[in-house]
Amino acid sequence: MSAARAARRWYWQRVSAMAMALFVLTHLVVVTLAVRGGLSAAEILGRTRGSLAWMAFYGIFVALVAVHAAIGLRNVLDEWPPTRKAAGVLGLAAALLLLALGWRAVAAITWGG
Amino acid sequence: MSGVGFSFLAFFIGTGMPQQDPSTGVLQVSVWRGGADGGFQSFKVPRRDNQTVLDVATHIQRHLDPTLSYRYACRVGMCGSCAMTVNGVARWTCRTHVSRVARGGRIELAPLSNLPIVKDLVTDMAPFFDKWQRAQGRFAGAAGRHEPVARVDPASAPRRAADAGIECIGCGVCYASCDVVSWKPQFLGPAALNRAWTLVNDERDTAGARRLAAVAGDTGCHSCHTQGSCTVRCPKGIAPTAAIAGLKRVTARAAMRGELPEPEPEDAAAPAGAAQADLSGAAT
Repeated sequence: MSAARAARRWYWQRVSAMAMALFVLTHLVVVTLAVRGGLSAAEILGRTRGSLAWMAFYGIFVALVAVHAAIGLRNVLDEWPPTRKAAGVLGLAAALLLLALGWRAVAAITWGG
Repeated sequence: MSGVGFSFLAFFIGTGMPQQDPSTGVLQVSVWRGGADGGFQSFKVPRRDNQTVLDVATHIQRHLDPTLSYRYACRVGMCGSCAMTVNGVARWTCRTHVSRVARGGRIELAPLSNLPIVKDLVTDMAPFFDKWQRAQGRFAGAAGRHEPVARVDPASAPRRAADAGIECIGCGVCYASCDVVSWKPQFLGPAALNRAWTLVNDERDTAGARRLAAVAGDTGCHSCHTQGSCTVRCPKGIAPTAAIAGLKRVTARAAMRGELPEPEPEDAAAPAGAAQADLSGAAT
């Protein structure tokens, strides 16, 4: 494994964790304090639908999750002999899958019917 | 004067050797015998006050079985040669009192984990110290002997970081306690990485990026799981976990600036003689 790439992965995982701390906090504060008539899908969609600000917030959140979780998953797979050789590819696949699923969900709460 | 002298002597005769009181009982000691495919052998050792685990091994060898092999030198916690597995936990035996570790009057002595067994309680420490070399755990200076001694501010942050890890005696307790070493034998381990961290923080050292490249990656600091067994078990109270975290920070910074080269192939096999000379020049 390239030493420099390992060091850079550690850096991006750490930086994404620090950024996600703010996003998680904001997310939790909003879902806790913004509840009016009970925590319902209608109320959440009422807040997010058509809102570019919430789309950007959750869009970035998804990207951070994809980076952070994929690096962590790659580290786990790298330590398991059956998946060691494919850890990089599988980690990248996990990142793309998380991005696709996450952004699809963000699109749904922003524009979905 | 003679009266004083006599009572002085009587004091020592009367009370000087309380550890030989036979009423203190007997220890049941299981000792690993043979090589990797060996087994435990039982001994009965008289219990003494203030008895250390090393005293137990010494008693067995001197009075019960002279073929027992074990290793020690200083007996006062300086040399780092007497580490063994005591009741399943790696410890320095010269500073471990039996009263702290015996359970129901029983002690189990085994060689250190994660190292090849030579015989009985003696392990081959070569893989452990080879990794110090792979981690560039040797001082690389630029100044010659005729140049003035470097003035290092003892209160500076790098010097304090180096001081935190510099008292390592190389006993191998952290290495034997590290689960990552257990399943990834190429991992440099806590002691070698701790040593590298002290040198990274030595402002006189010139190895710089070469050392950072040697300690980064799959078998270096990035494999550490931060479980902290090394820090819990270190008899000198050093925190290799903190040193490894420091190496992760510094190597990441260097990598993001594009200043982290690939490890040099010869790092893995530094000539032992040269390494010895370098170590003797390390004043830290």
